[in-house]
Amino acid sequence: MTITAGASSAPDGVRPEGETGPRTAVGFQTHPSRYRHWRLSVEGPVATLTMDVDEQGGLVPGYELKLNSYDLGVDIELYDAVQRLRFEHPGVRTVVVTSGKEKVFCAGANIRMLAASPHAWKVNFCKFTNETRNAMEDASANSGQTYLAALNGTASGGGYELALACEHIMLVDDRSSAVSLPELPLLGVLPGTGGLTRVVDKRHVRRDLADYFSTRSEGVGGRKAVQWRLVDEVVPRPRWDETVAERAAAFARTSGRPEDAPGVVLTPLGRTRTGDRISYRHVTAVLDRARGCAEITVLGPDAEPPRTVAGIHEQGADFWTLAVTRELDDLILDLRTNETELGTWVVRTKGDPALVLAYDALLLDHAGDWLVNEIVLYLKRTLKRLDVTSRSLIALIEPGSCFAGSLLEPALAADRSYQLSGVFEDADPGADPDADPATVGVGPMNLGPLPMGNGLTRLGTRFWGDAGALAAATASAGEALEAEDAERLGLVTFAPDDIDWADEVRMAIEERASFSPDALTGLEANYRFAGPETIETKIFGRLAAWQNWIFYRPNASGPDGALRKFGTGQRADFDKKRV
Amino acid sequence: MTPLTTPADYSEKIPNNVDLHEDRRLQRALESWQPNFLTWWESMGPTLPTEDVYLRTAVNVGREGWAHFGHVAMRDYRWGIFLAERDRDRRVAFGQHRGEPVWQKVPGEYRADLRRLIVIQGDTEPASVEQQRNLGATAPSLYDMRNLFQVNVEEGRHLWAMVYLLHAYFGREGREEAEELLHRNSGSEESPRILGAFNEETPDWLSFFMFTYFTDRDGKYQLGTLKESAFDPLSRTCEFMLKEESHHMFVGTTGIDRVVERTAQLMLEHDTDDVGGLGGIPLNVIQKYLNFHYSVSLDLFGSETSTNVANYFTAGLKGRWSEERRRDDHRLTDDSMMVDAVVDGRIGQTEVSALVGLNSDLRREYIRDCQNGVNRWNRILEEAGLPQRLHLPHTAFNRRVGAFSGIEVTPEGELLPVEEWERRKGAWLPTDLDKTHVRSLMRPVHERGKIAAWIAPPRQGINGKPFDYDYVHLA
Repeated sequence: MTITAGASSAPDGVRPEGETGPRTAVGFQTHPSRYRHWRLSVEGPVATLTMDVDEQGGLVPGYELKLNSYDLGVDIELYDAVQRLRFEHPGVRTVVVTSGKEKVFCAGANIRMLAASPHAWKVNFCKFTNETRNAMEDASANSGQTYLAALNGTASGGGYELALACEHIMLVDDRSSAVSLPELPLLGVLPGTGGLTRVVDKRHVRRDLADYFSTRSEGVGGRKAVQWRLVDEVVPRPRWDETVAERAAAFARTSGRPEDAPGVVLTPLGRTRTGDRISYRHVTAVLDRARGCAEITVLGPDAEPPRTVAGIHEQGADFWTLAVTRELDDLILDLRTNETELGTWVVRTKGDPALVLAYDALLLDHAGDWLVNEIVLYLKRTLKRLDVTSRSLIALIEPGSCFAGSLLEPALAADRSYQLSGVFEDADPGADPDADPATVGVGPMNLGPLPMGNGLTRLGTRFWGDAGALAAATASAGEALEAEDAERLGLVTFAPDDIDWADEVRMAIEERASFSPDALTGLEANYRFAGPETIETKIFGRLAAWQNWIFYRPNASGPDGALRKFGTGQRADFDKKRV
Repeated sequence: MTPLTTPADYSEKIPNNVDLHEDRRLQRALESWQPNFLTWWESMGPTLPTEDVYLRTAVNVGREGWAHFGHVAMRDYRWGIFLAERDRDRRVAFGQHRGEPVWQKVPGEYRADLRRLIVIQGDTEPASVEQQRNLGATAPSLYDMRNLFQVNVEEGRHLWAMVYLLHAYFGREGREEAEELLHRNSGSEESPRILGAFNEETPDWLSFFMFTYFTDRDGKYQLGTLKESAFDPLSRTCEFMLKEESHHMFVGTTGIDRVVERTAQLMLEHDTDDVGGLGGIPLNVIQKYLNFHYSVSLDLFGSETSTNVANYFTAGLKGRWSEERRRDDHRLTDDSMMVDAVVDGRIGQTEVSALVGLNSDLRREYIRDCQNGVNRWNRILEEAGLPQRLHLPHTAFNRRVGAFSGIEVTPEGELLPVEEWERRKGAWLPTDLDKTHVRSLMRPVHERGKIAAWIAPPRQGINGKPFDYDYVHLA
């Protein structure tokens, strides 16, 4: 089977550049038939993702995507491809990432795009890029779908960082192709999408060599690149295709993915977006610009889960967990990119907690099935997106909600949660006084399958250093916990009753909106990731924070900064003071 | 949800104009607070056992409503919750929200600041009751005893007023803060009242009158700034409290009047300044008490400059005295003012932005007001044909807060080395000997129509009743 997609149109939506003013929202939905920058072909167990960026296909006017440099539009397609490979191509065991250009693999993020972008755009773009790279590593590690970087030309900056996200890096040995991280010498910024972290933490390049490598704009090629572990092997040009095919086949043999299983087609999301509302089948967001918040409601399943794993395959993209995850994923990306002034996300759920737990149980009972595995991994990645989202997250647990098991996770990801004690009484005319009180419930999904970037469960992170509290919360699994119990167990922050509810919630949201958004982002990012460091937490925490600081400094983005002067023939004029 | 227990008839027990009977939140909050308040009153309120006292009870905000008199047992006093009438067109008068409609709910943005302001104000109200709890036993007359208890129950009501705001507008945190107001106690080692001046016992009646004149007057000015608040319920609460506060100051003003009057009588009768041996309080001792109470009350206004107060003003939380009568832009972002300072070791002034100097602005209003009382007492001396006069000491005298806290000056404002101050301060502030003497005069007079020798009787009784009315029935 071979699928090839040519360039036809950009992802739906045209994009903004300014952070304010009217604009069209960037959309994250696309399809191989619409790719402009990538070709996806599948040959038995090996898929090839060929990067062939359309120079004129930038998401925003004002720059040309030369030398396979990329912008958010290119990355949106890559993300789509990575997702589809996992769900639509169960037979694919190796994904070869290579270039469709002569002598160049990828030159990284487009510099003119970066130089012209507002700060928030750069930060959000890098975050998304990082998440896609983590998704590739997740596929290699947990899906039996191994990524292989076939660098048929020079990979510089973000191009090399893309290669670093692959399990195996092959570099053509033509005495001119090299890998490099030229950001520091050329642009005065960092290789900020995982490069610095992965060079030492993943590939174990010695730190002094890594230092030297990262100050040398021309990079390192040939045998030295292998000796320093920057790549796994160099291959002479005449033997290139053959060797790539051999390696791909060898990785394919180690995979446990099924041979003839049909894939699940990721059908287009039914989605409507108006000025103040984004709706999907299971997820809705009301955009409250006056209060600076998005009110997100996630619906639980409206029916019993299928009785067998075959039923999951049959429902495919309509299977509740997969459908709700896709919608949430798309919504997170949309709000992050397009609604930077909605600084607080208020999350509610609606439905039957028992049904959520039943779906969870079905998935966990069939963890060995490839599709089930993919669904759970996808949910894991989507929740991780929530963790690294620079918005205040507030969960409101009200009667009729279903914060249990997998849907308890958004509440655990939240910076604060409020659970109504009792029910809404006569004070609220729309309320149902006969409703059952809101409950939350810990389930098996909360105890391992959905870890955060730090490698711990959200419960483990929440109760970091407090084994007793973690044990008590774990022991409550299976119980429907009303507010007082949930508060006592530390699963929710506050448990106001209906008399206090409206004011407490209103004031919390208003107060949040009055704080410095930058300070809040910093506060939340620090508190969300208690516990050990991992490559992921280092990338999103340390590396990204340094990069974002450097981006903002005049030495990078000032009129005489390196980012601005790049390509003008003039040298940057640095303020030499160390900070 | 636990159902509310049978609701007590709060409107009967707690006179109010806040629709208490239909406000579940308030009812619930008061249900646990009210018994605790009564326990506090029993343990920290007046110690002298009484059967009943001729008290004024506010039953509504109209002119007649808040002047409702009768003999009541203090424990059964109906502490009400009253806000001045709402002006539906009221707008924010100052700061960055100037011109916007005032707030009926607490904006989340200002929750913490507003809560803090209310807690600090609320903390002073029960504090004075605690400070004055033993005074009943040494009252110079039943009339004065009654006035003391009136002040006490009204300070209790002012606590209620602040607690109302905490209960009605600040959710659980508000209820917790309200609880704390009862658990901090004046002079307590482990949980004292927030402001230092409210941790000193009021040991005698001269101190009581001075306190109600000078320190309650600080309260008046603080309430006056909160009356301007953009948070309308706070504004309306304070407006009503100010009416009662003026009675407390009346007690202080006329109390000192009567002390001065009696002293002048003794001076004339015996042709001497030293009336101490004659059962009176010498004028210089009155001056020393005045010096002390005035200077510590000046400290209550805080430092000359305050960024907190500037922020409160800009946010619309706390205005200036008579804000709406001022002729400026009510934002003050570009204005400056002179505030007291020590410049090159001398008393001087320094220019600061008007916003950060607001404490000084309020203190100046207060000082002007204090001078009125002094003028009034001097008229008594003048009418008696005596040449002596009372004076407000210099602003820098005996200060422990603000620019002058590091220097010592005479009441005239002359700088002194610390050693000299230590040597001479007994001439300006009450000495142990003075205090002992004043205390020795504090023998109770609990007989109708009789009064202690150190103070003159009032010109009029309360609510048209004569001086010898049975204002208090002792237990």
